[in-house]
Amino acid sequence: MDFSADLLINAIVAGLLLGGFYAAVTAGISISFGMLDIVNIAHPAFIILGSYIAYIVSSYFHIDPIIVSILVLPAFYALGALVYQVYYVAFEKRGQESLRGLAFFFGLLFITEVSLILVFGVDYRYVEAAYIGPSIHIGLIDMPLRMLVPCLVSLAMFALLELFVTRTFLGRAIMAVSQDQLALQLMAADPIKIKRVAFGISIATASIAGALLIIIQPVEPSVGREYIGRVFAICVLGGLGSMPGTLIAAFLLGVIESLTSTYYGPSWAPAVSFGVLLLTLAFRPAGLLGR
Amino acid sequence: MNAVKFSLIAIAVGLVVMAFATWLHLDYFYFAGYTILQYVVLATAWNILGGYCGYVNFGSAAFFALGAYSSVFMHKFFPVPVPVLMLIGAVVSGIVGLGTGYLTLRLRGSFFAIATLALAVVLQTLIVNWDYVGGSRGAYIIRPETIDIVGFQINYIEYLFVLMLILAVIALTTARTIERSQLGFGFATIRDDELAAEASGVPTLRLKLIATTLSGAFMGMAGAPFPYYIGYLQPASAFSLDYAVNSIAMPLIGGTTSWIGPLVGSILLGSLQQIATVTISSAINLLIVGILLVAFVIIAPNGLVGLVQEHWRKWRRP
Amino acid sequence: MSPLLHVENISKRFGGFVALDGINLEVQPGERLGLIGPNGSGKSTLVNCICGTLHNESGSVSFDGHVVNGLAAHERTHRGMARSFQLPRPFHSMSLADNLRIPLLYTVHARKGQLRSAGDLDARCHELLNMVGLLAKAKQMPRDLTQVEMRKLELARAMAAEPKLLIADEAMAGLSHSEVEDILTLLRRMNDRGITVILIEHIMSAVMSFSQRLAVLVSGKKIADGKPEDVVRHDEVVRAYIGQ
Repeated sequence: MDFSADLLINAIVAGLLLGGFYAAVTAGISISFGMLDIVNIAHPAFIILGSYIAYIVSSYFHIDPIIVSILVLPAFYALGALVYQVYYVAFEKRGQESLRGLAFFFGLLFITEVSLILVFGVDYRYVEAAYIGPSIHIGLIDMPLRMLVPCLVSLAMFALLELFVTRTFLGRAIMAVSQDQLALQLMAADPIKIKRVAFGISIATASIAGALLIIIQPVEPSVGREYIGRVFAICVLGGLGSMPGTLIAAFLLGVIESLTSTYYGPSWAPAVSFGVLLLTLAFRPAGLLGR
Repeated sequence: MNAVKFSLIAIAVGLVVMAFATWLHLDYFYFAGYTILQYVVLATAWNILGGYCGYVNFGSAAFFALGAYSSVFMHKFFPVPVPVLMLIGAVVSGIVGLGTGYLTLRLRGSFFAIATLALAVVLQTLIVNWDYVGGSRGAYIIRPETIDIVGFQINYIEYLFVLMLILAVIALTTARTIERSQLGFGFATIRDDELAAEASGVPTLRLKLIATTLSGAFMGMAGAPFPYYIGYLQPASAFSLDYAVNSIAMPLIGGTTSWIGPLVGSILLGSLQQIATVTISSAINLLIVGILLVAFVIIAPNGLVGLVQEHWRKWRRP
Repeated sequence: MSPLLHVENISKRFGGFVALDGINLEVQPGERLGLIGPNGSGKSTLVNCICGTLHNESGSVSFDGHVVNGLAAHERTHRGMARSFQLPRPFHSMSLADNLRIPLLYTVHARKGQLRSAGDLDARCHELLNMVGLLAKAKQMPRDLTQVEMRKLELARAMAAEPKLLIADEAMAGLSHSEVEDILTLLRRMNDRGITVILIEHIMSAVMSFSQRLAVLVSGKKIADGKPEDVVRHDEVVRAYIGQ
């Protein structure tokens, strides 16, 4: 094994950049699972959907993929609100969310992935943008812009979400609904509407995360599956409902994955996130900063 | 009707169907039939934990593949007859089921579900990196043409079919027996309201572990003959997400509260998929399963069995 | 006489919120204890910690001479604790009779180790349903019950476990005056047979007439514990209920 400082530092930096991106990917789950207690395992499928939309519009109209993702935010928000409404009426209201609700999202994951395969095939797709290609060099450190830009955008989105949740009335209502639905009802706020808004936001983040994903790596429909483990590992490791915790966990996982990949080879990569998830669930389910 | 009578009747039904197929020279019947029977076992096994206790297992593929890879391992290490391999598969998958359950069943049901998904991926990665059983290249198991049973030369595929038939009968009988027993009653309380169950004296963790172990063991038994059936085993096919989707979709579409549901669901959906894969494409086949799953879960939460029961009730009342 | 239930310095937090702050409580065998307090004062949380449904962060619970910290809820039920839930939690996929069969099968049998015949079990289920006035609905499902009937079912299920200690958590909410009297009579009869009862209630008349001793919880702290007539005149108690 090559233990040179150069390799090590770059592996860590790459891991941090990756971790920053993972924060964007996980932000949606932080809301839907961390705050609303909805196990939306279809979230990665929505992200891949975002990637494909960014790919199509960007290739056709030559607009930057991140801009595309922001333009389609309202559509993703609406999709999220619709999905939640169905989930609420069909499962939450009937108290069936633990079995059938989970199966519902699993089905959605499948339908989305297979539909994408049928429409686009299994070839890898990628986008083109000015910052895919060049890198910044700082001393020993190599930072490809295609990693740096998504990392920065992701952190910005994450910061916006954190501000939203702590400073706005709607955001705090979402935090409240996660802790005490009854109290919220007593305040004459409609918890269902609030949850719908929150879930809509959660899916909207998938739009941006998808664009960032296809900047970082070429995408094909089954890429989403790797991310299931990652997002839940980060969410659980960080502690449900704690956005700062999610951020720390994201960086941590990014670095662990990067080091594993560098020193042990990429065939072990999928096991890292799922392994971290299993270990966390087994030994510290409250996570690092959990409630 | 007690368990023994039930299983004998079930075997008789199976043998009649077999005789019919042989008379019609439907060789394809054994190949397709094996796959459907495999799903009967997987769906029934999943339902013991999912339908009866209310805990979703997304990692059916893991337990199935463990059974398959135990067979690959034994084939290289110390060849034994397939029925013995099935027992080994049961033990291996049962223990892993027990372990996973012990680590995660004290948490919420949603955590258990995610953990099972994680388990599948971790195990797949371990197997991919384990060269002794073929790693990512896969493993070949040459299937003999025939096998000698008490002096008769039996076609190997028919032999595997009969083994799977017996396993399916055992699984169905077990599920049915559980349903009617105190254990099944306890499972239902876990599904209905776990806190109230604990407060009433039900040892919920112990029961959940029994369910997980049984469920895992049956899935492992279903996987054990698979390498012999298919001839060439790759991690991607053994751990295929198809198994996860189907073992969830079949009970949910068939009906989760009784042993009949997974049986109906697996025969219907299994047959549908066999036809679709041959006539359309395997991708569309999966799309259909996904759509049916979502549709049934929303519209007919009690599955086909539930729909039939409702109809009966409406018929009876004038 | 050593207490049947000894709660020592129990604390419980939910995140930053302190639900219970160093609660001490003793209940003597055969006693009728009333537990009152404003909504959100921690009464149900205390019950959950005593019964094992929740884990207290600190302090200990002793029952019948043994420390039960760390024991699962079902084990505490086997040892003789039983409780009804404040918001009824019936087994919704089973009939009323079957709801009662569960504690009989899993608690009573676990203790005595003797199996009764199905017929005996049925008889016992019907007997219990009769005690709470639900015999006519034995074959019906919980979703067909009114809120009031569901509370009675809760109580019957707790009684089915043949407890030494019965904790009735707001079992009488919404009942009419005569129904309240019926439940009180039922609880008194059980007490006569030696069952210790903790009654958590907001209906003051019921609490006053039933309790030998009264404890008051406010904001997670026990502020009074003594004879009912004395406790209700206690300054802090008056303030908690009437306000400043």
